[in-house]
Amino acid sequence: MGEALVEIKNLKKYFTMKKRLFSREHSYLQAVDDVDLAIMKGETVGLVGESGCGKTTVGRTILRLYEPTDGEIFFSGENIARISQKDMLPYRKRMQIIFQDPYASLDPRLLVKEIISEGMDKSLTKREVQKKVAFLLSKVGLNSEHANRFPHEFSGGQRQRIGIARALAVEPEFIVCDEPISALDVSIQAQVVNMLEELQDDFGLTYLFIAHDISMVKHISDRIAVMYLGKIVEVAESNELYNRSVHPYTQALLSSVPIPDPVEARQSKRIILQGDVPSPIDIPPGCRFRSRCRYAMEICGKETPVLEEIDPGHFVACYLTKK
Amino acid sequence: MTKVLEVKDMHTSFFTYAGEVKAVRGVSFDVELGEAVGFVGESGCGKSVTMLSVMGILDEVGKVTAGEIIFNGKKLAGLSDRRMQKIRGNEMTMIFQDPMTSLNPVYTIGNQMIEHQIRHKKISKSEATKKAVDMLKLVGLPYPEKRIKQYPHEFSGGMRQRAMIAMALVNNPKLLIADEPTTALDVTIQAQILEVMKNIRKELDTSIILITHDLGVVASICDRVNVMYGGKIVETASAIEVYHNPKHPYTWGLLKSVPNPKKSSKEKLIPIEGQPPDLLKPPVGCPFTPRCEYSMRICEKEMPPEFKFEGDHRVACWLMHEKAPKLSLSSTGKGGN
Repeated sequence: MGEALVEIKNLKKYFTMKKRLFSREHSYLQAVDDVDLAIMKGETVGLVGESGCGKTTVGRTILRLYEPTDGEIFFSGENIARISQKDMLPYRKRMQIIFQDPYASLDPRLLVKEIISEGMDKSLTKREVQKKVAFLLSKVGLNSEHANRFPHEFSGGQRQRIGIARALAVEPEFIVCDEPISALDVSIQAQVVNMLEELQDDFGLTYLFIAHDISMVKHISDRIAVMYLGKIVEVAESNELYNRSVHPYTQALLSSVPIPDPVEARQSKRIILQGDVPSPIDIPPGCRFRSRCRYAMEICGKETPVLEEIDPGHFVACYLTKK
Repeated sequence: MTKVLEVKDMHTSFFTYAGEVKAVRGVSFDVELGEAVGFVGESGCGKSVTMLSVMGILDEVGKVTAGEIIFNGKKLAGLSDRRMQKIRGNEMTMIFQDPMTSLNPVYTIGNQMIEHQIRHKKISKSEATKKAVDMLKLVGLPYPEKRIKQYPHEFSGGMRQRAMIAMALVNNPKLLIADEPTTALDVTIQAQILEVMKNIRKELDTSIILITHDLGVVASICDRVNVMYGGKIVETASAIEVYHNPKHPYTWGLLKSVPNPKKSSKEKLIPIEGQPPDLLKPPVGCPFTPRCEYSMRICEKEMPPEFKFEGDHRVACWLMHEKAPKLSLSSTGKGGN
């Protein structure tokens, strides 16, 4: 630890939207706006937020699957935000992604061994490839017989394991886990989460774990960043964030997580947010959460709060901390 | 208490090209007036099929092969389609996971809610409109007078689900079946919808059946919980009993495989290894045997009977037999809640 493997600074990703079909006027969907985040080597950082808050866009922009509009992305010290796709190639095998939908992310016409070996080093002999595929399959809890089957022969949990084996095939250092368990059943979710933790120990991986299930994120992550409408509103170590959250949005988000215990669930007071997340197109200035915030003040509508460290390692973007 | 719904030893099968899929294999349960009953289980355990059978909306290949469904004192099996339609959407309604596919995109919300009432009751259009507005107000939709003139695509996911609930309640049904009503929604919106469902119980005295795989959602609303596995109910008890004194190893497994965010220590999750059974060839014995840590020889051979405990707590597991070793969630050594 100590050294950042991935660091993003002032990252912006705007999607251009045409106002009308043939008009030249454009409006911008500010999916990610001025996001700073550092991920240390060997660490798991959780990224949570409601759908549409830009958490997936952050993950994909780090991998340059989306071109950043502005800002810097450092991967082990090198700025990769604006290098060409060709120069990007050596970095591609150092960073991988696991997708949410295990049904859509595997090519149905390829055998499992072809899916896994596709990205491997081309200098490997056939036998070496075979050995490596078998090794990877055993690492994700499948066996070598599964190599000669097609994806449709597997259940959701097993497909997600194949997706993970594919990500591991190029021996990456950094993996973006984009909602890897939300499409799976509860009992299977725990299997996959445990496996991800074991793999992290075995291969020294660094994860960016994107999810909306906060209890799972808290379980797996060392630190958690909370996003709202394209901005990070709070970052802290997981237990600190859970027990001493400061931003009103984080508090509401945490209190709305259903507790699997009827007695506690009935006693706990929920903060119920009113309304929905506003549209991310042409956002007015000021704090983005103010329309749903219980404590909104005058200043919240005028200026945008920035992330500030209130305790060591605990960053919050809210004017309430200044009172 | 009067029973709104009584299901007795119901079997449902799907007759597919691959053979008969026995999705529900002998399910019995009651729902009392004003009660909220939860059904928990993994996908494919038969929880949705059970409710589709009760509503009589199975698709062509599906059929209730045995058992009785008694709703409000009437046997539903053998009712003609016309009679069934009078009950469905009127006395017994259902809402689904995806509110977009359940709403008609070419009619306004108000239009759909009014049609729904006129179909079942003698009511004037203006009265029906008023009722629709009241219902939308009850589920917490802002500006209901304006909203009933809008189309489903103008609503967000949470608002659509609210509209669905309002529509399901507009005829004052005795029973509302909610099939994973919050699964497609964000947690903050989920909290809003759960709050709406709690209010409904207070205001309207409607019985609710809630199908979900999220143990947290069940804990916050339901009085009783039925745990399903492999087409059977394996454990049924009051919500508090299920969470604090679970007796079936599958219920233990479910409770242990979700992290409790209240705990600060980073304890390892204990997954249930393996996969749910293939219901094309359902096992003779207990369906959970291959994944159960405590399985015994008898488990493979014979389906366990229901063992009854205090407070109407019923468990189908051979471990409850007097000759079986005594185990409990806390004595398994892996902790729990």
